[in-house]
Order: sequence, then C-alpha cells, then structure tokens
Amino acid sequence: MDKVVNDFSITVGTKNGSGSSTANNTILRAIFKMGIPVSGKNLFPSNIQGLPTWYTIRANKDGYTARREEQEIVIAMNPDSFARDLASVAVGGAFFYSDDIKQPITRPDIAVYPLPVKQIVRGDPSIPSDFRDLVGNMVYVGALAQMIGMDLEKIHAALSFHFKGKQRPIDMNFNTVKVSAEWAQANLEKKDPFYLEPLNKTDGLIMADGNTAAAIGSIFGGVQFAAWYPITPASSLAEALNDYLPLLRKREDGKHTYAVLQAEDELAAIGMTIGAGWSGLRAMTSTSGPGLSLMTEFAGLAYYAEVPIVVWDVQRIGPSTGLPTRTSQGDLTFVNSMGHGDTQLVILLPGDVDECFEFGWRAFDIAEQLQTPVFVLSDLDMGMNQWMSKPFEYPNTPMQRGKLLWEKDLEELKGNWGRYLDKDGDGITYRTFPGNRHPMSSYFTRGTGHDENARYTEDSSVWLKNMDRLKKKYDTARKYVPAPVLYTKPGATVGIIGFGSTEEAILEAVHQLETEHGIQADFLRVRAIPFTQEVTDFIDKYDQLFVVEMNRDGQLNQILSVNYPEKAADFKSVAFGDGMPASAKWVREGILAKYTLPAKLNGKNGRTASTVAARPKSANDVKAPLKGNESSALETKTAKSLKKTPSKK
Amino acid sequence: MTQPLPMAGTPANVNLAGLVKSDYRGNPSTLCQGCGHNSISNQIISAMYELNIVPENVVKFSGIGCSSKSPTYFLNRSFGFNSLHGRMPSIATGALFGDHTLKGIGVSGDGDTASIGMGQFKHVVRRNLNMVYIVENNGVYGLTKGQFSATAEKGLSLKKQGANQYMPVDICMEAIASNATFVARSFAGNPKQVKELLKAAMAHKGIAVLDIISPCVTFNNQENAYHSYAWGKDHEEPLHDISYIAPRNEIILEEEMKEGEIREVSMHDGSVIILKVLEKDYNPTDRFEAIRVLAEAQANNWLATGLIYIETNKPSLTETYNLVETPLNRLEEADLRPAPNMIAKVNALMF
Repeated sequence: MDKVVNDFSITVGTKNGSGSSTANNTILRAIFKMGIPVSGKNLFPSNIQGLPTWYTIRANKDGYTARREEQEIVIAMNPDSFARDLASVAVGGAFFYSDDIKQPITRPDIAVYPLPVKQIVRGDPSIPSDFRDLVGNMVYVGALAQMIGMDLEKIHAALSFHFKGKQRPIDMNFNTVKVSAEWAQANLEKKDPFYLEPLNKTDGLIMADGNTAAAIGSIFGGVQFAAWYPITPASSLAEALNDYLPLLRKREDGKHTYAVLQAEDELAAIGMTIGAGWSGLRAMTSTSGPGLSLMTEFAGLAYYAEVPIVVWDVQRIGPSTGLPTRTSQGDLTFVNSMGHGDTQLVILLPGDVDECFEFGWRAFDIAEQLQTPVFVLSDLDMGMNQWMSKPFEYPNTPMQRGKLLWEKDLEELKGNWGRYLDKDGDGITYRTFPGNRHPMSSYFTRGTGHDENARYTEDSSVWLKNMDRLKKKYDTARKYVPAPVLYTKPGATVGIIGFGSTEEAILEAVHQLETEHGIQADFLRVRAIPFTQEVTDFIDKYDQLFVVEMNRDGQLNQILSVNYPEKAADFKSVAFGDGMPASAKWVREGILAKYTLPAKLNGKNGRTASTVAARPKSANDVKAPLKGNESSALETKTAKSLKKTPSKK
Repeated sequence: MTQPLPMAGTPANVNLAGLVKSDYRGNPSTLCQGCGHNSISNQIISAMYELNIVPENVVKFSGIGCSSKSPTYFLNRSFGFNSLHGRMPSIATGALFGDHTLKGIGVSGDGDTASIGMGQFKHVVRRNLNMVYIVENNGVYGLTKGQFSATAEKGLSLKKQGANQYMPVDICMEAIASNATFVARSFAGNPKQVKELLKAAMAHKGIAVLDIISPCVTFNNQENAYHSYAWGKDHEEPLHDISYIAPRNEIILEEEMKEGEIREVSMHDGSVIILKVLEKDYNPTDRFEAIRVLAEAQANNWLATGLIYIETNKPSLTETYNLVETPLNRLEEADLRPAPNMIAKVNALMF
C-alpha cells in the first residue's frame, strides 16, 4: 500500500453543542503548525444543542484548501449520523468511531478504528465528571495523531492558544490526547495509507476568520461608530469589534474614541450608522441577508442623501430565513440595486481573510471619498471559518476623509458653498457636518428631492441634474474601488470570472482543467462593483467566459451581461448554491459541461504582452494582480500560500 | 461653545447669544393655514431665542409626515435631517454620537411615532438620548389625506375610513413605560405652556418627550375629537379631491389656564376638547403618580397637560459611553488609527 502523505480530507461528525469545536480546531491548528497547508470548515446546523454537525479538514501539500466532497478519514462521534458518516468514507479510507455506538459496520473496503472514548476519559481521575463529554473529544484527537502522525507538541501549542495559556484546561485536554495516542499505539494496527509529514509551507502565515479580520481591519480604518443586530453569520464581526477596540484604541485617560451599539433591529442599526456617518464619523454595521432586506429603505436614503457608511454583509443562503448556517454568494444582485428607484451601490468583494482585513479599513476611505454607502460582501465560509492567511498589513495610505469643509474652510469661502454643488466635475460634492459652528455650515439633509443647496424642490430639471450627477459619481467610483486579481496561464483560451470565497476552488479547478483536460484558463477575481477597466479588458479577450459563483441564478453573470451586453452571449454561467463551501469539483464539472472546443485558437484571443500583466514563464499558477490607474485604490496582492508564486510589481 | 456676551449698547432685541429672533427662524411654512404645527414651530423659535441657544449647537431631526416637514420652518442655522418614516430616532442616535455637545430636537407625528415608528420611539426613549422628542399629535395622517393614526380615539369617524375600532396609543404612557426621563403633554393652542415645556425640555439632559396635541384643520374634522379643530359642517368635499383648503384661524386660549384647572375649549365647528392642567402640588418626580394621572385622564376623556414626569439623575446615552472630551467627529488619524507597531501585536494574537 503506497503511503498518501499530506493530501487528504478528514471529517468529524459530532453533536452540536458537544464541545467538539475545541478538538476540531486543535487538529486544524496542529496541522497548520506542522507547516502543511490546511483548511477547516464547520458545517453546522441552526441549532444550539443536539443536531448533527460536521467539521471538515483538508490537508494539501500543494496548497489547495477548498472543500472536497471526498473524505478519506471520517471520525464518527454521533450515533444519529453514524450510518451516514460510515457511508461517506472514501474507498480505502479510514473510519474512527466512539465504541459506545453499537451500530453495524459493513464496509470491508475501509480501515475501521473503534475508540474507547468513555473508558479513556473515566480513567483520568483529574477530569471532573461534568467535563467528561467535552474532554472526550480529545480522544479522537490523540488517536488520530497517533495513526496519521500528527505532532503532539503542535497539539499542545494549539491547546495553549485555544485556552489562552490557562494551565488547567490545557493539561486536562492534552493529557487525554496523550493517553489516547498511547492507547492507539498499543491497540490499533495501521491499516490505511494516510500520513502527515512536516512541511514548511505555512511559514509566516497566520490563521484567522474573516469576521475577526474585518473587525480588526475596520479598527485600523479608524472606525468610530458601529451599530448592529445579532444575526448568523455576522454577529462575530461586531463581537470582534468589542473584543479588539479596547485593546487597539486604548488611551491613557481611559476614554473612548468609539461607540459600539447593539440596536433593536437592523432598521435601527443602519439608521444609527447613517446618522453617525452623516455627522462625520467612520460608521459601520454588519449583517446578513434577512437584515439586509430590512436595511433596504435606508440604503436608498444613504445613496440619495450621500451619506458615507460601510455595511458588511456576511452572506448566508436564502431566500427568506433560508439556511442560516450555510454559505452563499446570493446577495449580489440584491445589493447591486438595493433600494427603490434608481439606486446604484458600491460593492466590495473580498476573496480571503487578509482582504477582509484590508477592505475593513479601505471601505471607509472609499465611502468617505465617494460620500456613499459601501457594501462589503463576505460570506459565512470566509467569515466564520479559520483560513490560512498572510499576516495583516498596516494600511499603506493615510486615512482618506474626502471633501470636507470645516470652519476655517468656510471662512475662506466666505460661507459660499453648496452641499450638492459639483465644483470639481467628478460628481463628488463638498460636505459639512453637525458640530461645525460656522453660521453658514448647516444644511438640511433629506431623502426628498433637493437642489444644489439641499433645499427641497420638485423641479424636474433639478431632479434630472442631480440624478445625472449621482450617475457620474458612480462612474468616478471606478477609480476608487479595488481592481481585480488576475491569474494567468500561458496560451489560455478561455476566461473564468469569479469573486469572493470561491477563489481556492477555482484555482484548483484551473489546475485540474490544465492537467486533466488540456484546457488553459485565465482567472479573474472581481473585487468590486462598479467594474474597473481591468474587468473590461479581461472580458474583451475571450469568446468563452465562465462566470463561477455560489448561487442559483448566476447573479454576477447577470450583472456582467447588463454591463457588457455585446459580450453577453460569451458569458457561460457556472452557478451552484447548496449552502456548502465551493469545491473544485463543481467548478470543474460546471465549466466542462458548458465548454466548447474553440474553432480556432487565435482570432480575437490574440493579445499582446502589454495587455496582460506579468505573464509567467512557468506553468505554475501565478497571482499577477493588475495595476489600476494612479488614483485607484488598487493594492498589489501577493500570494498567500506557496502554490502561488508571488508576483510583485 | 461659549458665546461672546453682547456688547454694551447692543439693541434690546439681541439675546445673550448675540442673536436676534430672526436668527432662529426657518423657511416659510408650507403646511395648511391654521395648522397647530406652525404654532409649535413658532414656540420653538421663541424658546430657543429666550434660552440664548446658539443654533449651531442644535441638530434637528424628523421622520416623514406633516410634522416632520416642520424642522424646515425653524432654526435655519441648525443642521437638520429629514429622514425616513418612523426612523428619526435611529438617525438621531447615530448623529448625536458625532458631537456629544450637541442637543437634538426631533419632531415627529403620531403616525411617525405611534404607528410605523413605535419600536424606534420606545428604544430611543429607553436609551435616554439627549434630545427633545416632540410629537405633533393630531390623530390623523395628513399628507396622505386623512387616514387614522394609532392615537386616534376609538369610535372616531373619518371620511373614507369609517369608524376607528381600536383603542388609542397614549404617547405619554408609552414613554413612561419605556423609562423616559422627561414626559410632558401640551396643546398647540396653549402657546405659553408649549414654550415653557420646550424650555424645560431643552434644559433636560436626556430624552424629553413632549406630546403636543396639534389639531389637523383639514382632515381630523369630526366633532368631539381629541385632536380636532373641526371643519364647518357645510364642508362636504371628498377628502382626496381637496384642492382648496379654507383658511382657518388657529385656536389659541384667550386666557392662560391655572394649575388644576379643567377647561373646555371650543373648536371651529363648536365641538369641544377638555384640557386639564396638572394640580399645583402634583409631583412630577413620582412615576407611580404620573401613571395614575394619565390613567385618570384617559378615564375622564381629559387631556392632562403639563410636566407629567421628570427624572434628572440618569446619564444620557452618550454620557454612558465614556467618550473623549473632543467631539468624535473632530478626532484625527492619530487618534483613530492604531500605531504601526500594533499590527505585529494583532498578528501575534492570531494563530
């Protein structure tokens, strides 16, 4: 039997609320600390206690960490999901289970390892009886460690981190791991081929979840006001603000430079955020689909009254309450025109955890420069799961506060200004805010029709002029939003367009298309709407463009088709939404199902070096970001894991 | 902000803020002639002038409706935000964090507060935002031409609507139930009382709910209605077809009411409302007594007017946040962005 090293998936089936997350995170972190690229995804029910829940971990020496459908190792701790868990083990895989589950096992094609969980935990008198179930999860950690070669020292490091250095729980849990590993060594015979061996491919990386990253990024962006209402999967973003603000914005006098307020609902949350943004604060709220629906009327107000705010939408699958604990990219078309009448919103689309951090601070700059609400669409997978990430980087530009007038500015202008007067011709006007004591500083903000001086008017020509200016401002936004990230392949004949958390799955699919099907594909990850010139340039190059996304209706595909009607026939929607994080398999199969062999490989696909950035010589995947124009907020992005050679410009 | 004292020899109509009354005015009202809301706007102007308030130190807020239009008609030099229907409290809550030295004046109506905005009303009250919250209460929707609001009394009939079959919301009762720290009721036709209560409300730190019965001259036109300056009985036009609104004079009490006095006030059509001014020895710091007085007034079909409840030792919302002295919206990057060395610290906190 050939060894399979550092390339397999592990799924743990437990009961929700049984405390298995400590154990699962410990496995994830220990593998990470062994230098092996890894991901962990919590596939949990909308329930506090009792329903089946799974945690799936993928270790991959090449750095592909998207979810896989195949599970080589399955650990069954829950009698309610036992049969399903047993059936899910890949042929030739391994099955660990708690031996107090007495159910038939009819899989001669796999290795089966019963674990005496209760016996081991009862054997340790230092474990209080009410902690036995919790600590019992460490039995599978220890046994797994022994059987696949997980480093016990790294497990200890993971537990120390988890328990923030508190010795007693660290010792209690680690002892169970050790005893279980010893028991496995003495009692289990290795019958499967799966092994972990140390690598050095996670050096310099961190593990974090997107919601925490977004919160910390927002703090580095100078957030001053956040109002929110609890909702899965966005709550942990606001909670992380509460965790990290006292640390990062600590002052000697103990006073606060910020306020975080839990509102009575999402209507109030965004209303407060708009109030704060209007009065000059860096203000944000965070929510998910149902909350977003409630925020719609206010979104239109913020757009029309031109109030800068940042709204994080950690997407879950809908419609309606949907599956509250399952991921999705289903809010894109909704947010794109969120609000009645002609509303156009600026959308940012982070693709990984460090972009959640970066867009955390950058979103405030964009919102204040454009004086408009900025919606940042993350998702449950990115927001709540631990991802490998490059370390967070300090903002590389000073805070951009946009066009503001204070008392001294108004004195210079002799009070001569208009809130909605387009002095600079870019659609962006000047603003003052409450607290400005100049007698000419005030204006009356309204969601009703207004002229350049913010006075109420129903005059048609004034209405048209203002709406045209807002459209111009939306065009100006293209210079401020992040440009896309481009991955190129030599001789690529097709283009793939995606956004957000599907990047890992798409990159793996690109690799499979090349190595297994001989299809070379370039991949563009869109990072904002409105689209920048780089998106247009990319779209112009291919006559087959696969638009990959996690929803039913192909929402990005719809938006692209409307924006590029002349190319609409070339867009091929690869859309799928079942609530699970994206996998390479569905991306690949979705593309293959719609792929047509090009009649000729040149034609309009011909391009020059000047139109494509940083064409690599090797066949390796290369992350080659495009550079935006000078005023663009584009940040050069470096590769975050070793499968992608960084390409800096 | 401190204001210079008036120079010696300044005209007598200049107040201690160095301003004349016209400095407190707004644009001309576009509400119906005789509307109680205009009278309230005028009393706001007078109260601010007499209190020597600097207009830039006040921020105006409103929702949607006739009442919510009125912030345009006073304090032109103050910032204002005419927001969404029923959502003025949340806008005000966020905005007053921008500069904690500012005082809010919110103007809402009975529809804006007691129907669509009931949730936000009660929550802004329990948070004790530093704002005067005026409800210009007429029991009817004016801008959409004459539908019932939640404060309309049971049995009231309106054209096109039939009879109201539900019990009314008592805004003062709701405010007290939500732990308001200042609750008062007045009548737009009693300008002196309105002004005095406005002054008290402005002086209060925290939320000050002022329920001002402000009859709709146009739509709440039935006899014996709480909120009505009824129309002449000869007025028969269908409501949604109205293109001409007969000018009416505002109803103003000819003689100020005394403490404890109960007075019937005649309306345009000869109908009456009954006002009861709270007794002289009434103790507005007693919450039980406040609730009793409101219940008693309800039972007797009175409108109990005056300062119903006050509690002065509760911190306002922004005070509970331990904010820096500098207004938050004047902080700069050095105050807001953590130092570069903090990024390493944060990364070390991740696994």
